[in-house]
Amino acid sequence: MKKTALFGAIALALSVAASAKEWKEVRVAIDATYKPFTYKTPDGKPTGFDVDIANALCAEMKAKCVFVEQAWDGMIPGLNAKKYDAIISSMSITEDRKKAVDFTGKYYNTPSRIVVKLGTIKNVPAELKGKKIGVLKGSTQEKYAKGELEASGAVIVPYEAQDQVYLDIKSGRLDGTVADSVEVYEGFLKTADGKGWGFVGPILNDKKYFGEGAGIAIRKSDTDLRDALNKGIKNIRANGTWKKINDKYFNFEVWGG
Amino acid sequence: MEEYIVNILKGSVLTMEVALGSLAVAVVLGLLGATAKLAQSKPLNWLAGIYSTVIRGIPDLVLMLLIFYGGQILLNKGLELVGYEEYIEINPFLAGVLTIGFIYGAYMTETFRGAIMAIPKGQMEAGYAFGMSKSRVFFHITVPQMIRLALPSFTNNWLVLIKATALVSILGLPDMTMLAKQAASAARDVTPLAPMLFFLFTGAIYLAITTVSLIVLKQLDKRYSMGVRRGEF
Amino acid sequence: MQFEVIFEPATLKLFGQGILVSLKLLFISVTIGAVLSIPMAIMRVSRNKWLSTPVWLYTYVMRGTPMLIQVYLIYYGVAQLEFVQSNWDTVPLLIPFKDALFCCVLAFTLNTCAYTTEMLAGAIRDTNHGEIEAARAMGMSRRQLMWRIVLPSALRRTLPAYSNEVIMMLHGTSLASTVPALMDITGAARSVYSDFYLPFEAFITAGAIYLVLTFTLVWCFKLAERRWLAYLQPRKA
Repeated sequence: MKKTALFGAIALALSVAASAKEWKEVRVAIDATYKPFTYKTPDGKPTGFDVDIANALCAEMKAKCVFVEQAWDGMIPGLNAKKYDAIISSMSITEDRKKAVDFTGKYYNTPSRIVVKLGTIKNVPAELKGKKIGVLKGSTQEKYAKGELEASGAVIVPYEAQDQVYLDIKSGRLDGTVADSVEVYEGFLKTADGKGWGFVGPILNDKKYFGEGAGIAIRKSDTDLRDALNKGIKNIRANGTWKKINDKYFNFEVWGG
Repeated sequence: MEEYIVNILKGSVLTMEVALGSLAVAVVLGLLGATAKLAQSKPLNWLAGIYSTVIRGIPDLVLMLLIFYGGQILLNKGLELVGYEEYIEINPFLAGVLTIGFIYGAYMTETFRGAIMAIPKGQMEAGYAFGMSKSRVFFHITVPQMIRLALPSFTNNWLVLIKATALVSILGLPDMTMLAKQAASAARDVTPLAPMLFFLFTGAIYLAITTVSLIVLKQLDKRYSMGVRRGEF
Repeated sequence: MQFEVIFEPATLKLFGQGILVSLKLLFISVTIGAVLSIPMAIMRVSRNKWLSTPVWLYTYVMRGTPMLIQVYLIYYGVAQLEFVQSNWDTVPLLIPFKDALFCCVLAFTLNTCAYTTEMLAGAIRDTNHGEIEAARAMGMSRRQLMWRIVLPSALRRTLPAYSNEVIMMLHGTSLASTVPALMDITGAARSVYSDFYLPFEAFITAGAIYLVLTFTLVWCFKLAERRWLAYLQPRKA
């Protein structure tokens, strides 16, 4: 925004949008702290797998994606408050969330894993007693950790963003994390900081906690948008766009089973 | 690294826009609040009293979270109630400005109320005696003196307000604090100094804004205090 | 509105613990901040530039930057320094930096101490000149003058402004919710909000709790003022 645009912005901001409308513009919420799915280039542009998928879907709908940044713990309230129209930010489709919002089908599905310093812990959750495990506030991993790990004595510490978990793993405040296996691999294990850290325990894909993969959340009233997005996901899967985006970020398929 | 720095600098523009925008809202609300508090109407006194007491009794962060998320829901529900099918979109920038403006309007209410009360009543009465209308008295007699009397407290409020804009980062607005926080995490593999560096840099920008504000407001104070004799030792 | 969620035992417990955390943060930082502010204020009004300038710089920087940045700087900034990371399990001075509560208390204390120092320094400067002359006439040394005359009166006169500072700090403790592992009142509200997606209920509850605490503090300070500032009250007919 230019400095002269201050008052113009205030006037323009009160734009009126029709509720039963052609979707010319879709406001998409992202939490840009989730490399490689959603993050920002150093000069501040949103990028990543989620962002590319969003743009591809908008192109399918002949609409424009406008990205809105939102901290993770406020994602669903923000959607219902109509601050944006869709959440395309690696949000897992779970029963709990379905009570508040509607979802499209999945657009990828990768399991979560527990990550600890290699060699320190072999049996989970038994050996996690007294260990500090960082998780993203309001995430499926937090629900899982509180539901399954806390009982065996692990201390669950919720963070506002997943990349802050990595900062505190590095600083030594945390003994591990529960995270999406791909995200934690690309965003942490592969980096210099992740040296000596690795997965422990089984692949976590219990439907009760992790749902059925990452989908796009929309308001329950916007069935037309849901249908359009579902059609879009089907189309980009069929015409190779999805694959192209997949290959840009990963050397394996994240569509999942 | 330079890109992050440039980006944070760009974020400082948003910080300034939010600060100035909210200041405008706060001044308007403060004037309304002060007038209502001094008006000869019990309901108005009460309303303004509740506004300034309740808002000043709750942390900014809690109010921001409440107004930012709750406000939009309330607006939508209200519009649905009156049968308005379309919805009005409040973008994050405007939501932030309105929220901070609403909070600091309460502080400004007290600032302006104190300043108006400090003006000798006889001056306004003299104005009325000359046949000036209410609004004329307000704008030609009250306001010019009120500015001088309100300036110290206004300066203080403004300094607190600028610093409060850092809280919009928690709502997800990409102001410079949020950009610094993102840069601190994103650049962690470039240098372990990243968080230290970016937060210090952002702090330095706030300090610069504060310093410039103090200088400007001091000049203003000099200007508005022309011809006023202060207790001289 | 679904306030019944708030009154479930688990939620009530969350808020209860939150109140304890908030009050603990407030109490520790305000107490240490106030104690430290006394020598700082004396240095601040000193004629010796080597004493007054560093204190001026400290208060200027602390008061000119947002407390949120200060919290981030201490929690994330210090912890990432390699020197700190490789030593904080061994050097006793660095161990507390691992703890979220300590980082918050440190940031809050440094912040409130800066504001309190300036208030107290202002009050010391405003001491009635006659009182000082009288004390000198009695043959008091500078030390005696400070401890017996200036400070007791300056501390009392700071009370009304200081009550504002304590309330600001109560509100400031809400920033603890931005640091992981700390669940203050705001943190509890944010957790209820992200679990049940109920912004109104969660934050109105938090707001009400803060209001009650604020009014209680205001009331306590009124009592304190009546006790220690009685001599400055307008005479009652």
